[in-house]
Amino acid sequence: MRFFGENISCIRGERLVFSNLNFSIEPGNALIITGNNGSGKTSLLRLMAGLSRPASGHISWLDGDIWDDPETHHTRLHFIGHLTALKSTLSVKENLEIWSRLHGGRKKNIVETIKKLNLEGLEDTHCQKLSAGQKQRASLARLAANEAPLWLLDEPTTALDAISVDLLYSMIKTHIKGSGICVIATNTALSIENCLELNMQDFAAGPKHDGEFL
Amino acid sequence: MGFLRLLLLREICVAYKHFGDNAIIVLFFLLAAILFPLGVGPEPKLLAIMGPGILWVIALLASLLSFGKLFSSDFGDGSLEQLALTPAPLELVSLAKAAAHWLTTGIPLMILAPLIAVLYQMPYSGYITLFITLAIGTPTISLIGTVGAALILGSKRGSVLISLLVVPFIIPILIFGTTAIEASINGSSTEKHLMFLGACFLIALVFSPVATAASLRQALE
Repeated sequence: MRFFGENISCIRGERLVFSNLNFSIEPGNALIITGNNGSGKTSLLRLMAGLSRPASGHISWLDGDIWDDPETHHTRLHFIGHLTALKSTLSVKENLEIWSRLHGGRKKNIVETIKKLNLEGLEDTHCQKLSAGQKQRASLARLAANEAPLWLLDEPTTALDAISVDLLYSMIKTHIKGSGICVIATNTALSIENCLELNMQDFAAGPKHDGEFL
Repeated sequence: MGFLRLLLLREICVAYKHFGDNAIIVLFFLLAAILFPLGVGPEPKLLAIMGPGILWVIALLASLLSFGKLFSSDFGDGSLEQLALTPAPLELVSLAKAAAHWLTTGIPLMILAPLIAVLYQMPYSGYITLFITLAIGTPTISLIGTVGAALILGSKRGSVLISLLVVPFIIPILIFGTTAIEASINGSSTEKHLMFLGACFLIALVFSPVATAASLRQALE
């Protein structure tokens, strides 16, 4: 099992965000993506998830390009983005149940997941009444509700308090120990062993040309 | 099949919590139907002739009202992203959306339509055909509408745009729907009209999920 990309470049809105990017992750490792705002951290994660296609290059799992069979690629990953994907009028439990069952999970797991993420007492609360940190925790609960070898996390510590950040670390560590792969886009320093770092600045496209005045 | 059931369950669950949104559409349908006789005068003969046409036009406008929000709330809160990442193909997600739209707006309109037909003193011979045309026509409108709803994702004046996009494709349904009812009132055969309606439905059933999924992928890029 190996997750790797070769010569990837990404174009967003006619702007070349990054080019010639290579990465390779073995099971039991984490990859931390750092870089300034707008350097393409989220874009890279979305490419890894198969939400958008790279302008050039390939991203592969084992030996198969993820775009050969995107539906199978989706079964092996969890993507936690900026948006929480929680329906504001549904309760925490109902939201979790929807995503868990669509990924083939069982109802039993939900109770354990809620306990694990310290969401007890909130399971019947409508998501519109949750605080930003609680919403983020409910979103992260998807990681615990279903097994998936590949975790793609975009700024997962946003709005979390110290206790929740520690909880997230321990979840990531157990995931990696169980020979999972974790890719984290972040600007906060993380203390995770076995982690590689990828700085987006190294792959930034040349100086920007904003019109003809330059 | 399991995915379709789960996706449908999700849509209906959300629609149930937003009960007011759907109630407004049904209310609009009722209100528009009641206002017409006030505007054109209460002449029974006139109303009986105009009844089928008016019923179909307001059923169409009422469903148009509901398309704007079909995908935009899922797009805004990140649910669409996650739906795209489930093992279920986006085509199935699109089909579930259309089916849920029909269940929550098409069926209430179908149930109310005969009541409004009474209001317009439509001849009794037209009732069964009215029901059949709506049963075939409203799911077709839902299917066509989902394509429009997916196409407008990310644009600012989406709700205006969607009417312009969708209405031309719905015109055949309006024509065959009303001519079928008129034919049954006049005692002639409705077969031709209903077959055209059925053809529209089948074409929409095949092309709508594919087109919707393609435009959703475009929106998510």
